Amino acid sequence: MPKPWKSILQKLDGQRWLLPQDYKPGMRVPGLIYASEEMLGIIGEDQAIEQVANVAFLPGIVKYSMAMPDIHWGYGFPIGGVAAMRLDDGVVSPGGVGFDINCGTRVIRTDLTEEEVRPVLREIVNQVFRDVPSGIGGSGQVRVSGRQIDDVLVRGAQWAVAQGYGWPEDVEAIEGRGALAGADPDKVSRRAKERGGPQLGTLGSGNHFLEVQVVEAVFQPEAAAAMGISGPGQVLVFVHCGSRGLGHQTCQDFLDRMEEASGRYGIELPDKQLACAPVRSAEGQDYLGAMTAAANFAFCNRQLITHWTRLAFQRVLGRDARADLGMFVVYDVAHNIAKIERHRVDGHEMELCVHRKGATRAFPPGHPDVPARYQKTGQPVLVPGDMGRYSYICVGTEQAMAETWGSSCHGAGRVQSRHAAKRMLKGVDIAQRLLDRGIYVRAQDRSLLAEEASEAYKDVAMVIDVLDEAGIAKKVCRMRPIGVVKG
Amino acid sequence: MTSARPPYEVFEHTADAGIIARGGTMAELFANAATGMFALMADLDRIEEREEREIEVEARDREGLMVNWLTELLYYLDAQELLFRRFEVADIDGDWLRARAFGETIDRARHVLHAGVKGVTRHLLEIAPEDGGYRARILFDI
Repeated sequence: MPKPWKSILQKLDGQRWLLPQDYKPGMRVPGLIYASEEMLGIIGEDQAIEQVANVAFLPGIVKYSMAMPDIHWGYGFPIGGVAAMRLDDGVVSPGGVGFDINCGTRVIRTDLTEEEVRPVLREIVNQVFRDVPSGIGGSGQVRVSGRQIDDVLVRGAQWAVAQGYGWPEDVEAIEGRGALAGADPDKVSRRAKERGGPQLGTLGSGNHFLEVQVVEAVFQPEAAAAMGISGPGQVLVFVHCGSRGLGHQTCQDFLDRMEEASGRYGIELPDKQLACAPVRSAEGQDYLGAMTAAANFAFCNRQLITHWTRLAFQRVLGRDARADLGMFVVYDVAHNIAKIERHRVDGHEMELCVHRKGATRAFPPGHPDVPARYQKTGQPVLVPGDMGRYSYICVGTEQAMAETWGSSCHGAGRVQSRHAAKRMLKGVDIAQRLLDRGIYVRAQDRSLLAEEASEAYKDVAMVIDVLDEAGIAKKVCRMRPIGVVKG
Repeated sequence: MTSARPPYEVFEHTADAGIIARGGTMAELFANAATGMFALMADLDRIEEREEREIEVEARDREGLMVNWLTELLYYLDAQELLFRRFEVADIDGDWLRARAFGETIDRARHVLHAGVKGVTRHLLEIAPEDGGYRARILFDI
């Protein structure tokens, strides 16, 4: 039975709900949940809010255990959770990042319109489906040998560009310029490298995708213009994927080590999956080095996927991806990551270890880590919805910096389990249903389409509206899919 | 088997998926858990036994052993593209096991594949006696 959350939580305003610190003995800070009243009903049906409380147990947590409106039940941290820890007495938790380290999103603009793409949409989607492997396993077109993989782990997307997979300016539009500092390839196990090595340049399965999208509404023309987005009808490419087996194994390796370390450091945990170690401990530092390396692997992965996508468009349309199609990267941002960042706490600037588990960085205008061309608008926040509806691009704000450690949501959030969705949609031909609405889908697994259907997700517009109204991220434009590649 | 219940079944979780595995002995439980994990990812009846791997895993405790065992199998899936369908756990004690896994390399034309398992979580993880045998609850990150 779901708990009576509406009577446990204190409503602060139309978008903010406080989970009092005395809800559960052991919480070091209260919880803060961003949601509308309507959404809270859905969120309260599983154990997501309980997980917000559990994260509040972690040593060194500052201010709140936070949850974005797309929050749902995870395995330790809720998906959609944000938590910042002090460096001196705080912890870092692999569960606060997740198995898919630097799972994230990237948007590529084009000069194409829907009218130009429609006649060749199938060819484009089929070509991408061939060139960007998806699904379980799946070997990419790039093979890295033993030594080379360490280069990838340090140089990330910059490695790919240096090898000819992309354009020099691509890295300017990636969080951390696609190569986060502090990566330590020696802390990534050989097994992790063996799992991830063959998968560089692949999408993976589950909720990962590559979509050809059309802009359908622009809310802030100036910010859109800075992104190279001029108005409705323009075609974009939206990519969602992560660090593949390399990240998965890195998380697994450190969960095991941290479980042992938690006990040794006397950290009491309400859930084993929250295993952690002090940020400054050997375990904490080793994890941050390995996690950062895996994050760079993911930036490289999305860079390679961008390269093959450009070639696919070029091949089908017979026009140059750069000179004729203007396929520049709008932005690339992680939503499963932990980073050491400077933030203001009670008037003082200090370094914190910010965990974003299913949450996107959303830095404001003028922040030094925001690329030059977004200095006036704020950092682009790329938010995928589901494959039957729409996705959004927003920008980060000062409000986010002040309240959420510069973080926003990462998607729609699931409401139906995979099996419930399959049961409900038994006998429904999802690919045909989407095609009837002008969306052409290619997937390795047709049953996955039911698991990923619109019915399984919240309406991402509701998620975005909460954050827009709360001032955390301001919406710039909305896109609808016309072509989808799935695992 | 002491129980008439299925060797594994799926349980619901909003974002991911888990299994409840059962076995009359600990060895059977671990083998059934592995079969259950691969059943989430592929139609097992399409997988043939052309390859086999000898696997040895250790851990601090029984729960950790389950996580490490299943993770080891995911390693073969990613690094060698091997899909397994059958498992023989030859020796097992509280923190160590030796087993053989049977299957074949992924063939996209012939195999029916579903969403992949990214990781074996410790959230909700439980191994307990049941009806004279054992029962395990395992949640995966999909």
